[in-house]
Amino acid sequence: MAYAIEMLNITKDFPGIRANDNVTLRVEENTVHALLGENGAGKSTIMSILFGLYQPTSGTIKVKGKEVVISDPNVANQLGIGMVHQHFKLVECFTVTENIILGAEPKGKFGTIDMKKAAARVKELSELYGLNVDPYAKIRDISVGMQQRVEILKMLYRNADILIFDEPTAVLTPQEIHELMHIMRNLVKEGKTILLITHKLKEIKEAADKCTVLRKGKCIGTIDVKTTSEEEMARMMVGRDVSFAVEKGEAHPKEKVLEIKDLCVKNVKGLMAVKNFSLDVRAGEIVGLAGIDGNGQTELVYALTGLCKAESGQVILKGKDILKLPIKKRLDSGMAHVPEDRHKHGLVLDFTLKENFVIHYYDREPFSKHGILQKNEIDQYADKLIEQFDVRSGQGKDTIVRSMSGGNQQKAIIAREIDRSSDLLLVVQPTRGLDVGAIEYIHKRIVEERDKGKAVLLVSFELDEIMNLSDRIAVIHDGELSGLVYQKDVDENVLGLMMAGSLKRVEAVV
Amino acid sequence: MKSKLKVTTKRKDSGEKKHSHLTISLIAVAVGLIFAFLLTILTGRSPFDLLTALVRSMTGFNLQNLGSFNIMYVLNWFLNAVPIIMTGLSVAFAYRTGLFNIGGEGQIIAGSTAAAAVALLVKLPPIIHPIACILAAAAAGALWGFLPGFLKAYRGINEVVICIMMNYCGMYACAWFTKVFLPIDPNTNDRTIAIMESAELKQVFSNSTSQFNWGFIVALLAVVLFWFVIEKTTFGYSLRATGFNKEAARFAGMKVERNITMSMMISGALTGIAGALLILGIYRYGRIFTSFDNFGFDGISVALVGGSTGIGVLLAGMLFGLFKAASGNLQLFNIPKEISELIQAIIIYLVAIQYAIVLLLDKISERKIKKKEIEEKPEGGNV
Repeated sequence: MAYAIEMLNITKDFPGIRANDNVTLRVEENTVHALLGENGAGKSTIMSILFGLYQPTSGTIKVKGKEVVISDPNVANQLGIGMVHQHFKLVECFTVTENIILGAEPKGKFGTIDMKKAAARVKELSELYGLNVDPYAKIRDISVGMQQRVEILKMLYRNADILIFDEPTAVLTPQEIHELMHIMRNLVKEGKTILLITHKLKEIKEAADKCTVLRKGKCIGTIDVKTTSEEEMARMMVGRDVSFAVEKGEAHPKEKVLEIKDLCVKNVKGLMAVKNFSLDVRAGEIVGLAGIDGNGQTELVYALTGLCKAESGQVILKGKDILKLPIKKRLDSGMAHVPEDRHKHGLVLDFTLKENFVIHYYDREPFSKHGILQKNEIDQYADKLIEQFDVRSGQGKDTIVRSMSGGNQQKAIIAREIDRSSDLLLVVQPTRGLDVGAIEYIHKRIVEERDKGKAVLLVSFELDEIMNLSDRIAVIHDGELSGLVYQKDVDENVLGLMMAGSLKRVEAVV
Repeated sequence: MKSKLKVTTKRKDSGEKKHSHLTISLIAVAVGLIFAFLLTILTGRSPFDLLTALVRSMTGFNLQNLGSFNIMYVLNWFLNAVPIIMTGLSVAFAYRTGLFNIGGEGQIIAGSTAAAAVALLVKLPPIIHPIACILAAAAAGALWGFLPGFLKAYRGINEVVICIMMNYCGMYACAWFTKVFLPIDPNTNDRTIAIMESAELKQVFSNSTSQFNWGFIVALLAVVLFWFVIEKTTFGYSLRATGFNKEAARFAGMKVERNITMSMMISGALTGIAGALLILGIYRYGRIFTSFDNFGFDGISVALVGGSTGIGVLLAGMLFGLFKAASGNLQLFNIPKEISELIQAIIIYLVAIQYAIVLLLDKISERKIKKKEIEEKPEGGNV
């Protein structure tokens, strides 16, 4: 079988880090070829090389058997390589057709744009591949999944034969993911070749034919997807056995650490988002808060941490009502918090790693004395955390956090918050967008904290995560507590019903 | 969209080779000078005259009459650098903490007026008197920075708009204040009488014709203090964190609104001090402003070229001070003084488009590496 792309012995060095080390990737024509690897394994780098954004330090690239030098993305386009980026590059107020032809406008009379011709072609392509896109719809009016199809059409319109999808499912709903997989199969049927970058094993199993695995910049191997199990792929990716289930013993809950009593919180629109919500979390247990996104979780967490005001109720931390305290006092009275949005609340992206580590304690001894930062103390502390939590980055503690991978950014936050050794650990969506290796690690650390006697409140939209980690599960629906159960007493179906609000069971009250 | 673009360029920066801000600035200066020489030749004037004028402003030596030396020129260079180093620090401070201070004109007028008021109305012993004037000027500048900072912090109003409005408020309010409360010189009616001698910043070399005075010590102290506060203290850390990511700073328990207000006030205070140094060291009377002196705007260029660091602002301030000081010498040698403004403009443009320079440097160094590789493998490749 002929190869659409051959990337042979590619090596790419960045200052302080070798992103790709002698990687060879061969993609057969008319297949979906997956590129699997953890965050920071070098997937994006090798794709950027193929797309002409970076030049390899050494190695050769062949497209359809011919050796080529891809000096910039325009060259890649001419070779028939198109990329669907993770973050769409669309003009919101333009129509689908206008977006698609941007930069390749069909000329009509007197230099005008022949919009009819363009729209007809868009429609034709859309039907051919079963994309079902309306050429005249405005981008801001269509769903995210539809926008992604516009990105795909953009490539097809430019006659791309080789389509690169960079983490395409990160922004999609399960339904949309399923449809996308179907579209990919359609594309291949019509003679296209697809390169799928992802760290989600389920999707590879569903859509891909072959899969190349990268780990720490090195090529681990290329496998046939049909004959390989998910566990095997996970092992190749991480370099050891990965357990999808979290190992943990029986919980030994003790005294109440956090008591939420009749809490009411309004959202930004002024509507009541959390209604008379009560929940206790005890030392030595993990309470998972399940619920569909947008049912008041964010407001609840904001009210607990002090980012927004509560209307009424009490939040008692170790016997003290903290609801009226400012943020800093709350954190200091025994709360550590891994926020939902790590870029907005968790990190100062333009600070170095070490500066981010001391963000809670920069104004205290030993990190500062008399208002002056103590460089040595901060350096030592940062080195300690980096080693303990295996935070990887290009220039160690002096790396600008923005340049680190998402998984390592999250590890940095987890490291900082766990090291505060507070009595309450409030963790929100701790593993969003992370690969299996990082997820496993973070779950393990959270269970460890429980076993040390901390109270953990875990807020997550991932049902798997809730089921795997929690000792007790609370369910929030439309701002109200619709369920409070022991983990061992329920399955995902029951939880689903409670999350949808069609079943109410509050029984695991302590 | 815009923020995403920023991310990618930044990533590229840290991923690819880095070129120091100093290299870029030096290239900009070199290109500016070359351009000036070319233009001098094109307009039929002697490039040697331009060189002479610049060298004389820097060293005091006259290339066309060796042996003549006047330290005055060097002192005037430093003298011209002092106010723009202060305003440069002011803009840099705001910039490092996520703000843009374009209100320097109003702040410097407020500072000048406050310094003049204390110098005219309050009786104090020497040494203490100028210090009191400078503190009053800092307070006035801070007051002028307070409003934009406060409105930005608590009401989310863009500080640029308020700053520009405050510039005009400063000019007219201070003119009114001076006319009503300070003793006006009856001979001219457009300024106050001379300030008390005890408040003056004395000349460092009293036998020189240059006005060069002890104000430069204040500027040097300010540079050191700037660096120390921004880089070394917890206060600077929390201001920078606020500037980079307000939400994360709030989350870490910092008082974000207070920090933003404080940043703008400190920035205003630095510019206010510049006003005091001018009044106490050069004018020695209170002024009724009818237009801007542009020191505040010059500060933006200085901060830009200096990369908003303490030492960078010092060097950039010296550079722009040189061009200001050279204007007189240029005319003496029959070169239009606009040439010096032209050089400044080119430098600012080049630094502003520094990414183009970075790209150029990358290409050059890439070529060098390739050459090296060829030289290192004289036997002709990897067979």
